[in-house]
Formats: sequence, structure tokens, C-alpha cells
Amino acid sequence: MLKLKLIEKEKSPKIEIGKARLLVEMRNIVKKFYRVVANDGISLSIYPGQIHALLGENGAGKSTLMNILYGVYRPDEGEIYVSGRKVSIKSPKDAMRLGIGMVHQHPRLVEALSVAENISLSLTDVGVFASPRVIKPRIMELARKYGMKVNPDAKIWQLSYSERQRVELLRVLMQNAKVLILDEPTTMLTSSEKKELFSMLRKMASEGKAVIFITHKLEEALSVSDIITVLRKGRVAAQVAPEEVTVEELARLMLGYEMISTVKREPHRYDGVVLKVENLHVLGDAGVPMVKGVSFEVRQGEIFTICGVAGNGQRELVEAITGLRKVARGKVFFLGRDVTNTSPRLLADMGVAHIPEDRIHVGIVPDMSVAENLALKKYRSPEFSTRFTVMYDKIYEWARSLIKQYSIIAPSEKIPAKHLSGGNIQRLILAREFSGEPRLMVAVNPTYGLDVAATNFILSKLLEAKKRGVAVLMISEDLEQALKVSDKIAVMYEGQLKGIFPVEEADIREIELMMVGVK
Amino acid sequence: MAATEELIRVAVEAGTPLLLATLGEIYAERSGVLNLGVEGMMLMGAATGFMVTFVTHNPLLGVVAAAVVGVLLSLVHAFVSITLRANQVVSGLALTMIGLGLSSLIARKFVGLPLPVRIPTIPIPGLSQIPIIGPGFFNHDPLVYFSYACVAILWYVLYKTKMGAAIRAVGENPAAADAMGVNVFLVRYLCVALGGGLAGIAGAYLSLVYAPMWIENMTAGRGWIAIALVVFALWDPLRAMIGAYLFGGLEAAQFTLQARGIDPSLLGMLPYIATIIVLLIGVKETLRKRIGAPAALCKPYYREERTL
Ligand SMILES: Nc1ncnc2c1ncn2[C@@H]1O[C@H](COP(=O)(O)OP(=O)(O)OP(=O)(O)O)[C@@H](O)[C@H]1O
Ligand SMILES: [Mg+2]
Repeated sequence: MLKLKLIEKEKSPKIEIGKARLLVEMRNIVKKFYRVVANDGISLSIYPGQIHALLGENGAGKSTLMNILYGVYRPDEGEIYVSGRKVSIKSPKDAMRLGIGMVHQHPRLVEALSVAENISLSLTDVGVFASPRVIKPRIMELARKYGMKVNPDAKIWQLSYSERQRVELLRVLMQNAKVLILDEPTTMLTSSEKKELFSMLRKMASEGKAVIFITHKLEEALSVSDIITVLRKGRVAAQVAPEEVTVEELARLMLGYEMISTVKREPHRYDGVVLKVENLHVLGDAGVPMVKGVSFEVRQGEIFTICGVAGNGQRELVEAITGLRKVARGKVFFLGRDVTNTSPRLLADMGVAHIPEDRIHVGIVPDMSVAENLALKKYRSPEFSTRFTVMYDKIYEWARSLIKQYSIIAPSEKIPAKHLSGGNIQRLILAREFSGEPRLMVAVNPTYGLDVAATNFILSKLLEAKKRGVAVLMISEDLEQALKVSDKIAVMYEGQLKGIFPVEEADIREIELMMVGVK
Repeated sequence: MAATEELIRVAVEAGTPLLLATLGEIYAERSGVLNLGVEGMMLMGAATGFMVTFVTHNPLLGVVAAAVVGVLLSLVHAFVSITLRANQVVSGLALTMIGLGLSSLIARKFVGLPLPVRIPTIPIPGLSQIPIIGPGFFNHDPLVYFSYACVAILWYVLYKTKMGAAIRAVGENPAAADAMGVNVFLVRYLCVALGGGLAGIAGAYLSLVYAPMWIENMTAGRGWIAIALVVFALWDPLRAMIGAYLFGGLEAAQFTLQARGIDPSLLGMLPYIATIIVLLIGVKETLRKRIGAPAALCKPYYREERTL
């Protein structure tokens, strides 16, 4: 209410452009982390009733800018105006008071609490001694209005990623936010879920809300937004209307150079069998069977991709193959040797590399330095350690060469790995895993969350490895990509493989149906 | 018959200081702050409570003073661990050492003196007539009834109110709580202060009701048992009650067993051995029920820290 009045009162012609009145203005925002300049003088204007896409590569500074608007980070320089008034946003609570709401890139919800409890925390009209249950009808009503399904009593840990995202979105809507920030909301969504989300966003914009939509996917920016701001290396590279640009132009604006896709599958001669899985049975965390009798082979120089909707046993299968989970029944052979239930370290020493699904918690040790993370599988070799000590200068030197070779953007090899952007963390893992000269590479969703450039880089490295004769087992939810790079495709559904095809014989429609269990 | 009643009565009496201290520590830990200073805060509470009551002849004033001293001490820990983000273990241990030294220093003149007033035992009409449990649970002094109320209120607030959700959120995922508009620092300060207040009252219970007198280091490790009880209780105020009376009963049983010729040193170890056994059982249950220590326990919160 208050905010509406403020907007009404505002008569300054300076901030009136066309009919829409400026709702939020960020001016010359600068934010540095250590030596990294995440935002380097960014200005941004947000109007009500518009969907504003913020497009940029990994590490361009999109999340940082929006976290500043939401009060999570304090800017080093710059000013923020809301409805024409200069404001100082010291905390997310301040941002909420100003009608700004944010759905974070990694959902910020408390897993141990229920949906209603989580949402109640941000509602000022629920008293501290009131029960969070009182808002259940309100949640249901709002969910119905936007066509979402949600159970207010469910605990967050029981929800899938897309459900969690919906809860965050509901939370922001219930706060009655006038400005909605969504940080890469589509990363984990299926294509139909994406469509639902976009129509919801349209509806919100038509109600006069301002929607800021962060993405690094060009098509998304072009299809949903009214205006696109392109960020590159912490600066505004361009501001365009979607009707004015083509995908190619937009890609050039985002990357700063012409993108040539180097990713092309080359037919190759396959040699001996590297990995053989025989009638494998694996139990999940809850003790129920998740992998139910899977058999397949991956040969030298072959990219074998298992497609499927997450949660159909892919994780358990990979963990069993890499020694992280116990095999209940069946056998795993690596280069002819029975390696069923062997320790991960032994497997790694034998030449099994792994790009895990959870890059942050399984892929790296977040608080250790970039160099230490690169050396995790090698520090024991005589190259880097004596009997009792590790030779750090040798590790640093070697890390610097890998950083260059894999174009990892890091201010120094000594900073904690968690300070790298998502794409650079993935490059780090790739560098480490390939440095061991593996015979088998197990890659789980290796390009998820990565921008075009990083995606191309990772895929081209996998193709290069294949050429050298490495066997690649890939798990993917991205069918199009799988078709582009794989030699063979298998579909996993409810713990079983529903057919294995050479890629030439694969039919995308048919595979999609198999993935959801229709065929 | 009478023996059972008596056993319950003694278990409750010996268990009450454990219960109060455990409840307070549960709240502190639920908000993500480990306070190993319970023993020190209890000692200061015991000394202050005794001195104030001795001088004013007013036990209520003594209890209030003990609570205030507990709160003040805990605020030192809160400042160091929440605002300065220093190591919580070190700061808590320091608090225990300070409490130990300071209490014997300030109350030196009061050692062994008899308390001039007694906190009366007030049987609750009706309830105390119930066979077996009536005399065991409802024939006590007001502080015991206060502890019952604490269990009920703290359990209700923690699980049934928005405030409880905020406390759990801050202890599990402060970055998420912050993003939802919860004042992480304020919640942590309040919870630690509550813990300090209850530890102070727990101490006062020892010197005003249980003993009743002041002796140096009279808590004799009860603060540490309370910290173990928090784990045993799986951070749940209701379960804390069971744990506290179990250990209270054990403590009381020492005297009976000693009378039967069992070595007192052996008996002195009993609560600690029981703690270990109970923790072992607790671990199994923790794994099974997917509940455990608050995820952000002992972790200071920096808003600008990368959250992954
Ligand atoms: N809390 C932080 N501490 C240290 N460095 C950070 C922090 N947050 C971001 N950075 C760094 O600032 C830069 C910009 O990061 P930001 O998260 O804003 O990128 P982004 O555009 O959102 O990228 P992505 O598409 O990967 O999400 C990166 O180099 C990142 O490593
Ligand atoms: Mg981001």
C-alpha cells in the first residue's frame, strides 16, 4: 500500500519514461571480492509490468548484482533508488520492506522445516507466537491462483528441486513483493515445468510487478523478456529489446567474441571393453532398491550416455561403479578385472575418473585452495611429496599450468576453491580428473548450470578424451546434448535400462517417452 | 509402593537442576551456538543465589539474581562467538573456568553457612493425591513446578510457533533464515541469553534447595552432564525431561548403593559411563530418524560468505 502511494506521489519527469514509471534504479554499482571485481560500475533500471532479463556468462556478476539489491551483499560503491527515493539496503529484511523479493540460485530454504514454517518466517503479519499453520489456507489460495501444486505440511528435504523453487516463489509472492528477482530459475526444470514458470511470470508482470529474470540461456532471454540487459565481466555490455536481436548477436554480446561451436561428434573406432556392468543391483539411501539389474558395456573411445529423469537410479548406479556405494548384487568389471565393491581410491589409481553430480560437496573441498583441490588425486605421487611432507611449491607450479591449460578463471591458485564461479569449479574438476590420465571417465551432468562457452569447453574436452581412447560414461538429463556427443544412448527408468541404441538409430520422441516410462 | 514414590521424588529433585540447564542449552544450540560455559554459569548462579538469599532472606530475589548473573555471563559468550565470530568451544570453556574461579572468589565468606530461609515445599492440591506419581511429581518446591512449565512452554514455542521455526531456521541454515528476513544475530543472542538465565537458576536450585548451602565447585560436573543431555534429548525439551530424571535418579541411587558397600569412586563415574552408553544409543536413533545436531551448530554467520 505504502509503496503504491509513493509511486503515485512521484511526479518527477526525469524518472518517467513512456508510461511506465521507474521502480528500481541501481547506479554505478561496484562490488569486489578479494581481488575479483564482480560488479564494475553497473547501472540498471527496472520498470513495473516488465520482465527484465539479466543475461551473462558464468561469473559475469549477475547474482552478485541482485544479491546487492536484496541486501545480502553491501556494494563497495554506487547507489540504489526505489520509487525515486535513495535507499540503503542493509539486509534482506530491508529489501523485503521495500517490496523486493528474491528466489536464489540455490534455494534458500531450511530443509528441516515445513513449507508453511519456511514461508511464515518472511511474513510480518504472522505474530511471533502464532502458529505457522495459520497461513496454510493463504498458501493454498495463492498456489491455486498461479496454478502451482504444493503441500504446506511437507518438509523441504522431501521436495524435489523444482518444488523447492516453487516454494520460494510462493514465499516471495506472499510477501507481496513488487519486484521479483529470479536467479537462474530454469536450471533444474524440465521443458514443461519451464513453460509453466514462464506463463506464471507473464501473469505476474501483467499485474504490474517487475520481474528480473537471470539466465545465461539465450533462447530463454529472447522468449520471455521485455528487455534484456547483457552483463559481461562485471559490466553492462548492452541493453536490447528481444525483437531487435538475433540469437547470434546476443551470443556475441554476451561472450564478447564470435562463438564457434567446436562440439561435433566424430565417428571412431572402438576397441576393447573398459567397463562392464553385469546385472547390477544397488540400494538407495532409504534402503530400497534403486538399481534393479542393469547390464551394459563401455568400450575404449566410446561415449556411452545414460539418459533419464533424475531420481531413476542414475546416482546410485554411478556411485556403485565409482566405489562410493555398496553393490548389493551383480558385478562390475574394469579392464577385465572384477572391481565390485572396491575402494574409490583403488579405482582412481587404476584409472577411473569421476565428475560427480554434486560438484560443490563431492567434487571439491570448498575451503581448500584451488591448487590443493587440483592435487587431490596426485599429492601422494613422488612428483609432489617426499615420505613425510608435501612439496607445495611444486604443486603450485603445476596448478598454475593446469589453470592456464583449462582456462580456469581464478585470481590465484591459493584462494579457496569455493570462491570460483560454477563454471570454473567444473573446469577445475575436469582438469584434476583428466590430469590422472584415466581409462574411464564417469561424468554426471557435466554441463549442468554452465553457460555456452563453458559447456562447449567441457564437451570438447570429453570428445578429445574419447579420441585418445578414453571410455566415457555420461549421465545426462539433457537429451539434445546427449544426442550431439554420444556414440550410444541408454534410457534409465525406475532402476532399469530401457534399451540401448547406437546414436544413429536413436529417435528423440521415442526416447522422451521411454524416459517417462510410457514406452 | 512408598519406595517407588520416594525414588521418583528424589529423581525429580536431583534432576531439576540438570533439566533447567539442559533446556537452556537446547535453545542455545538450536540457534546454532554451542555454549560449553554451562558449568561456569551454574556455579555463578549458585553462588549469587545463595549470597542474595542469605543477605535479603528473600529466595525469590536470590533466584532472580542468579538468572541475571547467568544471562550476563552468557552475553559475554554471545558477544565473542556471535558478534566477534570467535571459536565457540574456546569461548565456552573460558566461561566455565571464569565461573569456577569467580564464584569461589566472591562467595568465599559464605562457604558452609546455613541458609536462613527455606524455599517451602508446596504440594499441589488434587494432583499430589494421585497414587505413586502424585507424591513423586507434585509435592515439591516452586522451582520444580517452574521447570515443568519451562518444559511445556519451551517445547510449544520451539515446535508450534513462528518464533520456534525462526530459532530452528537460524540453527539449521542461517543464510536461508536471513534471506527470509529473520534477524539471525538477534535470535542467537536471545537464545544464548535464555540458556544463561536457565543455567543460573539451575545453579540457584542447587544452593537454595538441593544442598542447601554454598560450597566451592558445588555443581560437580552437572553442567557437563547437561551438555551431554542435550544430545541425548536430540535437542527436544520433552526428551530432556526424561533424560534429566534418569540421571537425577542415578545420582540419587549413588547414596543407596554406597550404603550397600559399593565403592564411592566407582559410583562417581556412573553418570559419565551412563552418558557414554546413552550417547551410543542416541547416535543410532539419530541416524534412523534423520535428526541430529543443528546443521549450523558452532558455525559463525557471515552474510557475505559464499553459500554453496
Ligand atoms: N561471496 C563471494 N565471495 C567471493 N567471491 C564471490 C562471492 N560471490 C561471487 N564471487 C565471485 O564474483 C564473481 C561473480 O560471481 P556471480 O555469482 O555474481 O556470477 P554469476 O553471473 O551469477 O554467474 P553464474 O552464472 O555462475 O551464477 C565470480 O568470479 C565469483 O567467483
Ligand atoms: Mg549466479
